Amino acid sequence: MNTRVIVTPDAAAYWHCFAGVLRREYLRFVQQRSRFFSSLVRPLLWLTVFAAGFRAALGVAIIPPYETYITYETYIAPGLCCMILLFNGMQSSLSMVYDREMGSMRVLLMSPLPRGWLLLCKLMAIGLISLTQVYAFLVLAWLSVDLEPPLIGYLSALPALFLTALLLGAIGLFLSSHIRQLENFAGVMNFVIFPMFFISSALYPLWKMREASEWLYWLCLANPFTHAVELVRHALYGQLNPPALAITAGATLVFALLAVLGFNPQRVTGSKGPAG
Amino acid sequence: MAIVVEQLGFNYGARAALSRVSFALQPGSFNALLGPNGAGKSTLFGLLTRLLAPQQGDIRLFGLPIRQHAAAVMQRLGVVFQQSTLDLDLSVAQNLAYHGALHGLGWRDIQARIRTELERLELADRLHERVRNLNGGHRRRVEIARALLHRPSVLLLDEATVGLDTQTRAALNAYVRRLCRDDGLTVLWATHLIEEIDADDRVLVLHRGRLLADDSAAGLCHHSGHDSLSRAFAELTAITTEPSP
Repeated sequence: MNTRVIVTPDAAAYWHCFAGVLRREYLRFVQQRSRFFSSLVRPLLWLTVFAAGFRAALGVAIIPPYETYITYETYIAPGLCCMILLFNGMQSSLSMVYDREMGSMRVLLMSPLPRGWLLLCKLMAIGLISLTQVYAFLVLAWLSVDLEPPLIGYLSALPALFLTALLLGAIGLFLSSHIRQLENFAGVMNFVIFPMFFISSALYPLWKMREASEWLYWLCLANPFTHAVELVRHALYGQLNPPALAITAGATLVFALLAVLGFNPQRVTGSKGPAG
Repeated sequence: MAIVVEQLGFNYGARAALSRVSFALQPGSFNALLGPNGAGKSTLFGLLTRLLAPQQGDIRLFGLPIRQHAAAVMQRLGVVFQQSTLDLDLSVAQNLAYHGALHGLGWRDIQARIRTELERLELADRLHERVRNLNGGHRRRVEIARALLHRPSVLLLDEATVGLDTQTRAALNAYVRRLCRDDGLTVLWATHLIEEIDADDRVLVLHRGRLLADDSAAGLCHHSGHDSLSRAFAELTAITTEPSP
């Protein structure tokens, strides 16, 4: 065994690594069917129950990308797609903390490939798995409330949804490097998921937020989730929203970088030291 | 030399976990790292596997400093951790394939390597079984197969037999010794169980972060004037050690 020639990992090695991480995330995903169904039930409840109640109370003016008056269900559908990605992104932070506590993170860190690449693989794998849930939701939304964006919209939304999945996954990974215990996930729910979702244009248009409160409007604008929702909203109607794309892509880069920089392998062995 | 450790030091806050530890391991040798719980064995493994960054000193693998040649070093290193790191909900094959992919191996190579290693460990019939359904001994064997999947030159085992019955412990110990003898694998076997060490083995005694002795088991007994390694170890560490059941 000592005769093995040492070579620097080549492009194929990077690809095999990504394929392996994706395969593992997929296997874990298909084994957790309850997680898949619960991720669909949540936005469907919002769409069929919450939106039905609010459709009479809330009028939505004609705003881009819509060219006519739309139902409230149509308005919140892109936000609900992003909600699935948001929960999945945060779930990924939970699974990273779990992997760290259970020790399986060490397997990842034994790879000869750069740790930044390993995290990126994880991020892309989580994003691709999340997309299947979003498209399952879109089919159910079409069946349940007759949500019908143009057919091309299903295709043009794909890159926007993937970028959003990367952004939210990166935020999740960034958070996972600062969460010490699994129990802290309740804090993530209260201080990250809910504020990000509610202080955005997912449920109400920005002009309506501005009518209600100027500072709330500015908070929504500062929230990268708002821009991700707008990117997906436009993409679903075959349109590109350049400012939303720039902000979502920029925020993805920043959080991915913060996640890589904040990733501390030392936490894998515990700050007080292992037993032996 | 397969591994050279020079003046290695590491602290957890104010507590010194390792202090000026130095040793070198010959290629193809079996080496026991003996120390009671809390001696610093896992910290040393953390440093050898880059999970921890050395605060003092240096580590080289086949002449390559691990800080500067991380990729080459990790390719040559196989590790079995004290705590199981298998994904219980995946099958044996899926766990091994994941590890192979992380090392950049192609799918066909991975499948061939899985078959080879599982056959050597007499686990070929468990290929598609969920790890959750395996007993402790089989799980450990899967972890050894995984550690060897990418054809490393050095195998580190951190208390790999903890929690296993005597027979399984002996079988795993014998298997790793065979790898050493037949394949030229360099082994560092961390343990606190004296009975896992043979008279000819090189023994590194670690206690409270310091390397107290570096000699063959027989040499340790001879120099201490005791007829058993257990007593020599007890005298060295000034603690009472009794043979494990």
